[in-house]
Amino acid sequence: MAKTLKVGDRELELDEDGFLKDPSQWDKEVAEAFAREEGIELTDEHWEIVNFLREYYQQYQIAPMIRILVKEVGKKLGPEKGNLKYIYKLFPNGPAKQACKIAGLPKPTGCV
Amino acid sequence: MGEQLEKMYDVELKPGAGENYVCNLTKPEFAEVMATDIPKEPLPDHEMVPVALKKLDQMRKERKSVQLYLDICVRCGACIKQCHYFIGTGDPKNTPVGRAELLRKVYRAHFTISGKLFGSLVGAQKLTPEILKNEWYKYFYQCSECRRCSVFCPYGIDQAEITMAGREVLNSVGLAPKYVTQVISQVYKHGNNLGIPEPAFKYNCQFLEEEIKESTGVDVKIPVDKEKADILYLPPSADLFTNTDTMIGVAKVFHAIGADWTMSTYASEAANFGLFFSYDDLKTINLRVVETAKKIGAKLVIFGECGHAWRAARQFMEAMNGPLPFKFMNILEFTADLLRKGKLKNIDKSRNDDVVVTLHDPCNYARAGDLVEETRYIIQQVCNNFHDMDPSVTKERTFCCGGGGGLLTEELMELRMKGGLPRATAVKEVVEAHGVNYLAAPCAIDKAQLPLVMQHYNIPVQVGGIHDLVGKALILEGQEEFEAKKKAEEEAAKAAAAAVPAVCGLCDAEFASMDECCEHAEKEHKISKEQCDMACESKEGAGAAAVPAVCGLCDAEFASMDECCEHAEKEHKISKEQCDMVCESKQ
Repeated sequence: MAKTLKVGDRELELDEDGFLKDPSQWDKEVAEAFAREEGIELTDEHWEIVNFLREYYQQYQIAPMIRILVKEVGKKLGPEKGNLKYIYKLFPNGPAKQACKIAGLPKPTGCV
Repeated sequence: MGEQLEKMYDVELKPGAGENYVCNLTKPEFAEVMATDIPKEPLPDHEMVPVALKKLDQMRKERKSVQLYLDICVRCGACIKQCHYFIGTGDPKNTPVGRAELLRKVYRAHFTISGKLFGSLVGAQKLTPEILKNEWYKYFYQCSECRRCSVFCPYGIDQAEITMAGREVLNSVGLAPKYVTQVISQVYKHGNNLGIPEPAFKYNCQFLEEEIKESTGVDVKIPVDKEKADILYLPPSADLFTNTDTMIGVAKVFHAIGADWTMSTYASEAANFGLFFSYDDLKTINLRVVETAKKIGAKLVIFGECGHAWRAARQFMEAMNGPLPFKFMNILEFTADLLRKGKLKNIDKSRNDDVVVTLHDPCNYARAGDLVEETRYIIQQVCNNFHDMDPSVTKERTFCCGGGGGLLTEELMELRMKGGLPRATAVKEVVEAHGVNYLAAPCAIDKAQLPLVMQHYNIPVQVGGIHDLVGKALILEGQEEFEAKKKAEEEAAKAAAAAVPAVCGLCDAEFASMDECCEHAEKEHKISKEQCDMACESKEGAGAAAVPAVCGLCDAEFASMDECCEHAEKEHKISKEQCDMVCESKQ
């Protein structure tokens, strides 16, 4: 049985890794539903990251290089937060596996 | 050998432990674009056996090594305890000989006289769809093709050759893993494993150029798609995603010697997952490299820090895609050679004094790529602290990271952690004995897998590349002047900050003079001048009752302003005139 995510009265299909099968179905409610499943309460700081991931993905069709994400977080939330540790604090399972999932991006695959 | 390593080889048998680990099956759209011809989904049961047998027959005839290895194994078992997946899982089928036996029994039944005549008496078993689905598809994807077993086999049998043949047979009936087919399909679409599209690839390179400029002040180029270049460089695409310090280190090396180099978005990947999947795809992926090198007139093709890429190139490229009008080498050979010849002049080893390094030999460097001395040589040229692991687990005896061979996928995570146990045990020994805190792993699969393994076994080391260390130690022309200037600027900024004469104790606003500060306090905070005293502040502003005065320089508390002022005068040599309530001098 394929995995699904319940968002309001919608039932969205997920891939084997629990990511959205159809990334175009993403909206803010989807992000909140994913976050609830992962035990994360989305704060403004989380949203800064999620929004950046979305913007980058819409422009480049892939998740940003980690270094780009870290720098962007530093710019938006202050230099003391521009580090991987801070991102892991917000998304304990990491930017690729967790932040990308919540932001509705496909899971990066390859040697990662 | 240390006690922990010795103990590791005492494995408790757990038959069937590996049966739960199975790769997700390919999606039709990935299967469709493979160079090797495979069905979009698993064939119906009644079609599987004849197709598989035909392919197996083809494999043994085309690949002499496969035929030889099928025949000569005497099942002595010398390989069993040398396999990391056996050590981790304890499953007897998850051994080199056990896995190969899954194919050998079928080979005997269908292709040998003794097998046809005596059947199970000689260990022969006819092929069934269940054998393909439940045994081969599970266990041939629990071998990372690391080939450690071949080092310990008295006949030198390379069981990975059997794994590779077994996987080709599985492909022919549509039993192919999604992870591998997806990665290969991304290479065909975007030129690299990660599927980084051209605009993102170029943007990433520009971004890293800016990063280098920010930290060194030097314009180091990371060229992409130059029309002509002497050197074509192939990074693992993960170096443009997660392992960016490796990419930066390589770019600095090329810059330091003034190399005419480029990367290509058509062939932007060193790795070649065809090695884990099919000869047809292996050849097709290598062909992209060969075509690109020819097009740009490269005299030299350099492969980045990637283990199996080096095997795919070194052992297959000339044979499958040759003759080649260029030379090719690994970046570690290239950099080691430059260091030996003194061409990387300004190396400051002390810049790596924060790390105590050990080295993980990637399987394909050590057992298929003749690359074990260069790695150690480079590390010792750029670092002061290096400690090798136990000789029983280094160089050609190295243990797999647990994620090679096409197994670096989420659904196999538990198996990957179990397979990482031997490597973790060896690393733990050098961490405890020498305080090692950096595990150099010059391979993109290692860089993804080993941090998880180290975390899983609670081993406090950072995992990184060799060129990450080179990049830190290598000082470029103009870098030292930039660093000196930056340092001076930082100190000047610090001094300027310290020179701000007055800061409001209630809102941190800064003022050029005490008078301005007092005016501000009077206007904004409604505090009269009388209440003010330099370096003494009331915690509650005007209405302070409980603790009327606190010294702004040492936090001592006083019952009245007068006492506080006396204290300031005596202890901090500050005159009453200098004092004003809620204004404190930073000095």
